[in-house]
Amino acid sequence: MVDEIATATAGAEGAAAAVVTGEPAPRRWRLPAFLGPGAIEAVAVPAGALVLSLLLFGAFVACAGVNPLAVYRYMAQGSVGSWFSLQNTLTRAAPLILTGLCTALPAQAGLMIIGGEGAFVIGGLFAAMAGVAFEDTPAFVALGAMAAAGIAAGGAWVALAGALRHWRGVNETISSLLLNYIAIAILNQLVEGLFRDPRSLNKPSSPSIGYDHMIGTIPGTDIHWGLPVGILVCVAAYVLIRHTTVGFAARVAGGNLRAARMVGLPIGWLVMLTCFLGGAAAGLAGMIEIAAVQERASADIITGYGYAGILVAFLARQNPLAIIPVAVLIGGIGASGGLLQRHLGLPDAATVVLEGIIFVAILASDAVYGRIPWLKTGGARG
Amino acid sequence: MSGGGLGWWIVPLAVLGGAIRVSTPFLFVSLGECITEKSGRINLGLEGTLVMGAMSGYAVSYLSGSPWLGVLAAGVVGIGMGLLHGTICSLPRVNDIAVGIALMLFGVGLADYLGKPFIQPAAPQLPSLDFARWSSSPDVQNAFKINELFLIGVVLAPFLVWAFRTTRWGLILRIVGESADAARALGYRVIPVRILATCCGGFLAGVGGSFLSLYYPGAWSERISSGQGITAVALVIFARWNPQLCFCAALLFGGAGALGPSLQAVGVHGGYYLLNAAPYILTLLIMVLTCSPKRTLIGAPAELSITK
Repeated sequence: MVDEIATATAGAEGAAAAVVTGEPAPRRWRLPAFLGPGAIEAVAVPAGALVLSLLLFGAFVACAGVNPLAVYRYMAQGSVGSWFSLQNTLTRAAPLILTGLCTALPAQAGLMIIGGEGAFVIGGLFAAMAGVAFEDTPAFVALGAMAAAGIAAGGAWVALAGALRHWRGVNETISSLLLNYIAIAILNQLVEGLFRDPRSLNKPSSPSIGYDHMIGTIPGTDIHWGLPVGILVCVAAYVLIRHTTVGFAARVAGGNLRAARMVGLPIGWLVMLTCFLGGAAAGLAGMIEIAAVQERASADIITGYGYAGILVAFLARQNPLAIIPVAVLIGGIGASGGLLQRHLGLPDAATVVLEGIIFVAILASDAVYGRIPWLKTGGARG
Repeated sequence: MSGGGLGWWIVPLAVLGGAIRVSTPFLFVSLGECITEKSGRINLGLEGTLVMGAMSGYAVSYLSGSPWLGVLAAGVVGIGMGLLHGTICSLPRVNDIAVGIALMLFGVGLADYLGKPFIQPAAPQLPSLDFARWSSSPDVQNAFKINELFLIGVVLAPFLVWAFRTTRWGLILRIVGESADAARALGYRVIPVRILATCCGGFLAGVGGSFLSLYYPGAWSERISSGQGITAVALVIFARWNPQLCFCAALLFGGAGALGPSLQAVGVHGGYYLLNAAPYILTLLIMVLTCSPKRTLIGAPAELSITK
């Protein structure tokens, strides 16, 4: 994002100034990048915003006559309080990691994409089609085909928004949101028509991909393999963005478009690439949802994970590594919804309200970076 | 609607009638967004405002028995949402598009939460005026039942054109949207103007939302709006920030939205979901055809972040 580039430049200028003014040379070992200048602030400010959101949410439920302390207790219990709820949290975190990348990767090139839901749905739909087509092949072939279909479909879906942005000047936020609704319409149309299993009477759905072809769970747990896959993809995305030329070029294009043009970077392709990879991550999440949870495509794959992924990306400040813990956090909030509903009678939308409050608070907290003196030890930010 | 003696003529008639019915929320949201964007800010959260307006309008209409009180309440809630957006965006380094996304999710979630008790009961609905007493056909009469809110919108669009062009307030709004520096040099305070413009936009979007729950489709449910708010934001770009064009565009989008149900009424069932997605596809196509990466859009306020 812009301010990260600004930080990087500010850091470089600071180092140059230190050399010129003859200040003591910096220590020879360096902190890893994620503990670099501004790291304390980068953790403390979002954490503060989170605490503030929880307090606001407490006040909100108190207005409805519910004891906020009970709400916090059930939230802790429902997210990490037992092995069962912890597994629930981690299972929910798996798709959020991937849909978070759908916003975070294009953000490196300066695009604000909110099309994760559409890429998730279209990825799931195409993965189910591939799964049905490869029903008679060995499981690994079928799963490979499903993953390829989900990745290609989700990637192409979001890359379309990127292409429209670059070559037609269409605002990518609006177009990617419109693509969500179009993806859902395509899904509904196909599972009610061409791609419908005639045996699905009450609820239209596609044929099954075959129970034998589903992804199992990690031995000893109820968590499916989507979680390790998501973590691996996040690490790969981090390496791509921070430690490769392509990633650096994308960040330059996102930070300063004019400078990127001046040095002749292929901006259109960088935009397309980051959009494709983001969409591919969300499409892969859709494929995992089919292969590990749903077994067939139906309106049930419209889960809202795509929208929650936007929050994950912003809360992680578009950093692929930070997405992992943030996704667990948001997954935990979602997992605690059931307990809040059963024990306190709160509507199921309560967790969505909390997520909305967190989102607003996180964005508002952008204003305080660099303004709190005792957090500036690591270096000025922004 | 039955085919009756009209046969296939029912389709254009139903599209026309549907255009008038379906276009009203588009019209109000786009006029509201037009005011906000003229001040140099974009509020993508109007989708959330629309749903909040639908919920609160329905709730107040049910509790008080007066649908017009519901419309007013929806507008007031819209002002609240606009105030939230305007204030947060006024903080330094806060991105208005991102805040819009956040408020969209927040508004939809909050409306779900607060609207839970109002899903079942039936609230008093807004009345409509019959413009087709001359016809004996129930289809024609149905098509020309026009809601008063739509008529208000019809008057509001040219009023806004006039207000932007000739009033002092309109001039201040346009200066702030074109150049914040020029506005400051002239002694106008930019941030209060923008907050006020966002509140006005929120008011109109809230009123548009109350139309959804109090007239058509006419009941509060969680999925009452699926993207009408965001489509209306795109519509403002297509209408080049001209309220009168917003009106025409809203009619066009309403017609596209009415196409699916009216074809179904004559027995065409294929492609039902895709036809229902027609407004989104149309929006996307229009944006592809009318936007250009090489030049700034004509009529775009220069301070607007999406056109920079």
